[in-house]
Amino acid sequence: MSSVISVSNLSKVYGSGFKALNNINLDIKRGEIFALLGPNGAGKTTLIGTICGIVNPTSGSVTVGGHDIISDFRAARAMIGLVPQELHTDSFETVWNTVSFSRGLFGKPKNPAHIEKVLKDLSLWDKKDSQIITLSGGMKRRVMIAKALSHEPQILFLDEPTAGVDVELRKGMWEVVRTLQQAGVTIILTTHYIEEAEEMADRIGVITKGEIILVEDKAGLMQQLGKKRLTLQLQHKVDAIPPALAPYNLHLADGGREITYDYDTKGERTGITSLLSDLRNAGIRISDLDTEQSSLEDIFVSLVRKS
Amino acid sequence: MNWRAIQAIYLFEMARTWRTLLQSIVSPVVSTSLYFVVFGAAIGSRITEVEGVSYGTFIVPGLVMLSVLTQSIANASFGIYFPKFVGTIYEILSAPVSYFEIVVGYVGAAATKSIILGLIILATAGLFVPLHIHHPWWMLTFLVLTAVTFSLFGFIIGIWADGFEKLQMIPMLVVTPLTFLGGSFYSVNMLPSGWRTITLLNPVVYLISGFRWSFYEIADVSVALSLGMTLGFLAACMAMVWWIFRTGYRLKN
Ligand SMILES: Nc1ncnc2c1ncn2[C@@H]1O[C@H](COP(=O)(O)OP(=O)(O)OP(=O)(O)O)[C@@H](O)[C@H]1O
Ligand SMILES: [Mg+2]
Repeated sequence: MSSVISVSNLSKVYGSGFKALNNINLDIKRGEIFALLGPNGAGKTTLIGTICGIVNPTSGSVTVGGHDIISDFRAARAMIGLVPQELHTDSFETVWNTVSFSRGLFGKPKNPAHIEKVLKDLSLWDKKDSQIITLSGGMKRRVMIAKALSHEPQILFLDEPTAGVDVELRKGMWEVVRTLQQAGVTIILTTHYIEEAEEMADRIGVITKGEIILVEDKAGLMQQLGKKRLTLQLQHKVDAIPPALAPYNLHLADGGREITYDYDTKGERTGITSLLSDLRNAGIRISDLDTEQSSLEDIFVSLVRKS
Repeated sequence: MNWRAIQAIYLFEMARTWRTLLQSIVSPVVSTSLYFVVFGAAIGSRITEVEGVSYGTFIVPGLVMLSVLTQSIANASFGIYFPKFVGTIYEILSAPVSYFEIVVGYVGAAATKSIILGLIILATAGLFVPLHIHHPWWMLTFLVLTAVTFSLFGFIIGIWADGFEKLQMIPMLVVTPLTFLGGSFYSVNMLPSGWRTITLLNPVVYLISGFRWSFYEIADVSVALSLGMTLGFLAACMAMVWWIFRTGYRLKN
């Protein structure tokens, strides 16, 4: 797949002297859903802002659809729809007007049918004549998504799109995002809900302290870094782990009726075979066993902690 | 040129004007009428004529300019400050619009509003005193130039301001005194010569003088000088706006 956004050696130093982005290199593939994860203050919003023209880069370059974001800003920006993290709305405008305004701003001819479709997809149709100030927070967020979609962008940035949106509507939004992807739109989202990235993304990037520390296919990431947990149900309760088994770093659970063992799936050997035979030698009998893949959240937490 | 963006910004700003139509028209009409009652009736009864026209008639161009100046600055500064304040500026900055187009949209709308206002005040004044406009086209030229120049100036203030106090400060501390001392209510020739020289440092004098000339063919300074100063100030504001956008000053950090 060809890349639709190409970030090279991008750095951003804020006026305060703070280095928010440190030599970022990143390629976004056409048509993918890319999730950018990272703790608060990692630089996610700064990165998005720079690509979209809101933040001036200090050094490095970015192209969008092959267009440089500075020398060819018109072509670059026309491709992008941006939903910022903060709720910025014109309180006294109606939903319909504010969404139509965005379309005009991006130089597109009027198209009420498209705006109607966007509003309906986002369950905002019955609010189209309401002033934005009368909407709830979740509705306002959807208005901002509608504004970004009003001009039919090929790339959509969603900076924490589902913060403050209830579960049902969040599912609805994911639906919208998937439909957009099917229509060929590239989507870059940031989120603090790891399950959202897990559910939605094709690829995942992790950023901390202004540096991209990992970019990986979601499936590959889960496999590569995935930890698994083996849970063994015991025939007889034990009071303590026999000292001979100490190297396995086992834990007792369920009042001594269960032993758990964490292992690395990417390791050469998992150690399960030897564990099982050592258990038998120690006289511990097993009635059942179960394995469990660790979630992206666990992976993420361990990555960020390491860096 | 992204004409649709200019149109979108312009119409958006004008819609804000229509929403507050009543207050934007009623208040200048009321204050103009008050000026006529106070200055026209009270002072006018003592100063009967200035350079051949009645005092009430004499102050009309100055009154119009006074409102056009202050309203241009207020409209334009608020127009750009507000999106900065509530954060909706993100959309303008991320849109495929050039700085020139942004300025045309915002400044165009602010200037339009103050031109309409100036004409309404002129019409109101016509109810109190007989008006005769010798050079209507020059009158319109000065009106438009002034509205555009000071809308640009307001735009600069709106970008510079990072709080409501600053937004009010320049208009209050600089512009209002300059307009009052700029010969709205008197002819500069009426001042003692020392004061005259100082007054001639005030740019507003040239605007009002030129504007008044288009009405009555009486002027404190030559018309060419008035026009030159107006255009000079316009150029200065344009250069300033150009610099702001080039550096992203107070817009992009
Ligand atoms: N305008 C600014 N001036 C100075 N520093 C800033 C500015 N904006 C952001 N920063 C700093 O840059 C760093 C990155 O901020 P950014 O908003 O990009 O983080 P983020 O990853 O989006 O965090 P969050 O998950 O909280 O949204 C932070 O340390 C922040 O304090
Ligand atoms: Mg952020």
